[in-house]
Amino acid sequence: MQVTVTVNGTTGSHDVETRMLLVHYLREVRGLTGTNVGCDTTSCGACTVLLNGESVKSCTMLAAQADGEEITTIEGMAAPDGTLHPIQEAFREHHGLQCGFCTPGMVMAIASFLKEHPDPTEAEVREGLEGNLCRCTGYHNIVQAALAVARAGELVS
Amino acid sequence: MSATMTEDTPAKGVVGTRMLRREDPALLSGEARYVHDLVVPGALHMAVVRSPYAHARVTSVDVSGALGMPGVAAAFSGADLAGEWGSAMPCAWPVTADMQSPPHFPVALNEACYVGDAVAVVLAGSQAEAQDAAGAVAVVYEELPAAVDLEDAASDRVLAHSDLSSNRAYTWELTPDADAVTRAFDAAAVTVKERYVQQRLIPAAMEPRGVCVVPQPFGGEYLVYSATQIPHILRTMLGITAGVPEERIRVVAPSVGGGFGSKLDVYAEELLCLVLSRRLRKPVRWSEERSEAAQATIHGRGQVQEIELAADTDGRVQAVRVRLLADMGAYMQLVTPGVPLLGAFLYHGVYDVAAYSFTCTGVFTNKTPTDAYRGAGRPEATYAIERAMDALARKVGTDPAEVRRRNFIGADKFPYASAAGLLFDSGNYEGALDAALELVDYEGLREEQARRRGQGASKLLGVGLSSYVEMCGLAPSRVLASLNYVAGGWEAATVRMLPTGKVQVVTGATPHGQGHVTSWSMIIADKLGVSPEDVEVLHSDTAVSPLGLDTYGSRSLAVGGTAIALAADRLIDKARLLAAHRLEVAPEDLELSSGQFSVRGSPSSAMALGALAFEAFTAHDLPQGMEPNLEASATYDPTNFTFPFGTHVAVVEVDAETGKVDLVRYSAVDDCGNQINPLIVDGQVHGGIVQGVAQALFEEAVYDDDGNLLTTTFTDYLVPAASEVPSFSLGRTVTPSPSNPLGVKGIGEAGTIASTPAVVNAVVDALSHLGVVDIAMPVTPERVWRSIGAAAPGTGGGR
Amino acid sequence: MIPASFEYRRAGSVEEALGWLAEDPDSTKLLAGGHSLLPLMKLRLATPGVLVDVGRIPGLNYVRDDGDHVAIGALTRHRDLEVSDVARGHVPLLAHVAGQVGDPQVRHRGTIGGSLAHGDPASDLPAAVLALDGTMVVDGPRGRREVQAADFFRGFLETALAPDEMLTEVRVHKAPAGWGFQKFNRRAQDWAIVGVAAVVNGDARVALVNMGPTTLRARATEEALDAGANIADAAARAAEGLDPPSDLNGSAEYRRHLATVLVRRALEEATAARG
Repeated sequence: MQVTVTVNGTTGSHDVETRMLLVHYLREVRGLTGTNVGCDTTSCGACTVLLNGESVKSCTMLAAQADGEEITTIEGMAAPDGTLHPIQEAFREHHGLQCGFCTPGMVMAIASFLKEHPDPTEAEVREGLEGNLCRCTGYHNIVQAALAVARAGELVS
Repeated sequence: MSATMTEDTPAKGVVGTRMLRREDPALLSGEARYVHDLVVPGALHMAVVRSPYAHARVTSVDVSGALGMPGVAAAFSGADLAGEWGSAMPCAWPVTADMQSPPHFPVALNEACYVGDAVAVVLAGSQAEAQDAAGAVAVVYEELPAAVDLEDAASDRVLAHSDLSSNRAYTWELTPDADAVTRAFDAAAVTVKERYVQQRLIPAAMEPRGVCVVPQPFGGEYLVYSATQIPHILRTMLGITAGVPEERIRVVAPSVGGGFGSKLDVYAEELLCLVLSRRLRKPVRWSEERSEAAQATIHGRGQVQEIELAADTDGRVQAVRVRLLADMGAYMQLVTPGVPLLGAFLYHGVYDVAAYSFTCTGVFTNKTPTDAYRGAGRPEATYAIERAMDALARKVGTDPAEVRRRNFIGADKFPYASAAGLLFDSGNYEGALDAALELVDYEGLREEQARRRGQGASKLLGVGLSSYVEMCGLAPSRVLASLNYVAGGWEAATVRMLPTGKVQVVTGATPHGQGHVTSWSMIIADKLGVSPEDVEVLHSDTAVSPLGLDTYGSRSLAVGGTAIALAADRLIDKARLLAAHRLEVAPEDLELSSGQFSVRGSPSSAMALGALAFEAFTAHDLPQGMEPNLEASATYDPTNFTFPFGTHVAVVEVDAETGKVDLVRYSAVDDCGNQINPLIVDGQVHGGIVQGVAQALFEEAVYDDDGNLLTTTFTDYLVPAASEVPSFSLGRTVTPSPSNPLGVKGIGEAGTIASTPAVVNAVVDALSHLGVVDIAMPVTPERVWRSIGAAAPGTGGGR
Repeated sequence: MIPASFEYRRAGSVEEALGWLAEDPDSTKLLAGGHSLLPLMKLRLATPGVLVDVGRIPGLNYVRDDGDHVAIGALTRHRDLEVSDVARGHVPLLAHVAGQVGDPQVRHRGTIGGSLAHGDPASDLPAAVLALDGTMVVDGPRGRREVQAADFFRGFLETALAPDEMLTEVRVHKAPAGWGFQKFNRRAQDWAIVGVAAVVNGDARVALVNMGPTTLRARATEEALDAGANIADAAARAAEGLDPPSDLNGSAEYRRHLATVLVRRALEEATAARG
């Protein structure tokens, strides 16, 4: 079937299998491999992207369901000149990543969370990341990064 | 702090600063490429058909149904591939001369020995087509009885392999002085005897495994991409096992999404992609899925431990005696049998114990093979001794901190020759304990605990200690030889200065999240007086870094980092000769500071290393006999392990009604010797703590009586999220290791080694007034509730 | 994991969806947010021949004040319900529970209709709707009918919906105070091991999550309360007559115990909130 999806501001139309998941569409059809697949049960959040600005798990959505919608992936976060998004920069400043595999999903989940909770407590950040698993960092520095972005109030939506 | 440290810091140095990681921009932007991200035109996707039975005879495999499916290129049974193998899959650690190791082939021939054992493979144009067709392979099984429970398997009631005479693979013993142990127990005023179960764990690196082999059919060479911690070891083992000359194989580990030991192995799928690419003359790739990973990637832990302490009435420990059963799973993977040995020397922990005895029997079961998982042997040892020390404290009526204090190896006793036969390099165990108790306000917590108990509060407070030492920096090759390990423990490095003064470092270490690029460039920046940004670190590709023994066992800095420092020193030695030649002074009259050689007493007469690199490159005017270019290599074989240590304190609240445990605070004081980058050390500690907490409270690979794994997804296998753990307060003491010139130890596994017993001790402590002395891991709410009921009938808990 | 192949049709109206559903009800599935169905399809535990995507049918995403009750369109996402002023003001229990489902990403996609129609006893929203004595509005080839929540949840993954019907609206009585909700799990993202939704407004309704094959009422507790028992005594009877499952997260015996503790806590919350 034909789907037309705007990804990181670029609209494309492609013929895809009806069973193609959004994450496979992004990775295989659009060539955006920053979005990772870490599980098969909607548990780990590695595949998190923004659908019309809200975090969703792209492994639990058909490409067909994204037809006509706007998707933002990790590749769409930095400025065109390569300047990292404030969340990305905070992850670096606070050593919020190690192997980096969960990181794109974490960054996207935090982008959505901070839009809904611009001034969160630490507990709210932790609850807000309940759907994203990381095996390297113990979450401490990820939480610090999210809080730092909120404190700085520099989130661009 | 500056993100790039571009100011002229080398004078005081970048080593020891919290420099931000150079790896991060690529990982943060989505630019980094993991195996699954690689685009390889024409690749066939492999799907593996796996046994649904823990133990079964494979009567027939009919792939014809799959061959007719859309997009399918080929399908093979084990018998179809039998001629492809040069040998069975490798085990590099036959711990005893008479160890049993049933031959293990990538696709089972006649007998499947665990749920997940491969019985056929299908290759198709897409992963979806391969998965569709895998379901059309018809396999006839004759189910056989399965050896599932470890202790039952040890009884040989049911054999895990029909051609084994016993499930007992080996028994390995370390008893330097049996009489001393016997005497100590005979004379002991107090003894403690505890039994603990180390449940099986699923490593669950966030990136599942993946392999892609690109053959060059006419050149006869193979480019193997694998999500592996060990490209160098893998190359050799692939060569032997697949019968491909080693020099025809190039292994590349691209970005690797965590390992924790689970990618320290030689796997069936790596071998299959290689031989199928040879057979079909096409690229073959495989991407593991999470529920597949639960069965096809090694598990960790899996032990039944019995530990005994002999002590005097003050709780001073005289002897430690340990007996283990260790679950090998169905086959010996790369280092399966050796994992318990990595803990075998450490069951006396940080305590000065005169007599020591350890015995371990490795047992086959019809379950996924076990192998090294973060800490490998040492978390198990630390858990046993630290739980037992709390039991001893209860028995002699002493505070857990005090009983530890009475038994520590004194700071004045290093280097310390242990009864188990190790030489502990350096330590100050009491210093770390004191720092940790202060950090967490131990006295205040004890007061709060008493207050809550007095009020009959439903949220009980518990405080748990874990003082640990571990042996890492694997490993001195001679020691490995004495343990029957078939390889060495050295690491190789090359440092070269390019004509423009930039630096290339080639390392045999294989980072997969540890930040080696950052740390190695910091070491080199200080050595050569360059900016870390000017250092390129080449790794994880056997064509670029041909020599190496890779990353595991907290070895990369202590062994690989030392190799880099030694290579840099050699480069400097050569540069010094060149500088002396050009400045017309004796080499010993030159001093090196901030990358510049200057003549002692005449500082205006100087040459920078960068300029010397250019001179060495042009080779227009070199001393007689000097070869062009500034390049040096070093291979470092450590003289000893390193011995990081510390004390962790966990604080829990237990809901006495539901049994739910909340980890509310956690403080850790670790000592890993000198730190290259404390930011990275912090991160390793944080992550390590949560992995240990996960064993204490959340995770277990659960099998049913028939050998079916019940926890194949992240909905059943409970990897904790941010919502389940607190932030951590960290402290550090610094006791350099005398064993290597950097004075470093290791920190990759320490958090995991320390945290599990701290958390369980805390839960038991919370309930100790009710009479609870032990709760099995993972400490689930139901288990807590049942413990309360069993210890204190009538308090509302279950029975 | 990749689902088995299927035919995908996107419905523009309820009528269109029902028409397609009627063609082959047994192998056709409705897809809304997909957060119950797609995970099953990925594991190939569900292999429908036809998927009818109802997610874009206009006019089914609303939380509306309808006088004495609140009407919620079946396509209302958990997140929309969580932050709806109407829900927060008139049925705060429902808004709260919507915010407890899964994780934020799930709440951005999952819908109340999908959750209720799936009929999973471990889901939170069915218990909330049951405690609120809600009404399901069901459309089908035989027209529209209304089903009381008490009659809707029939068994494990089984509801009163016929294969050719579609849930289009949920109605709940206003209950601005007197509610409590307890969700007990080991990780925040997981389904409840046991959950309790309680509404105390004159009479008491206590609904349980994961205490049987379907979401159900703690009848013994309700009767005890009606008979004037105090909360502790009534809660002690929460598991009477129930046969909860045993699984990796808890035995039946433990679940029974949890039910008594959590029902007491939910009732205490409900009465505290009411006061």
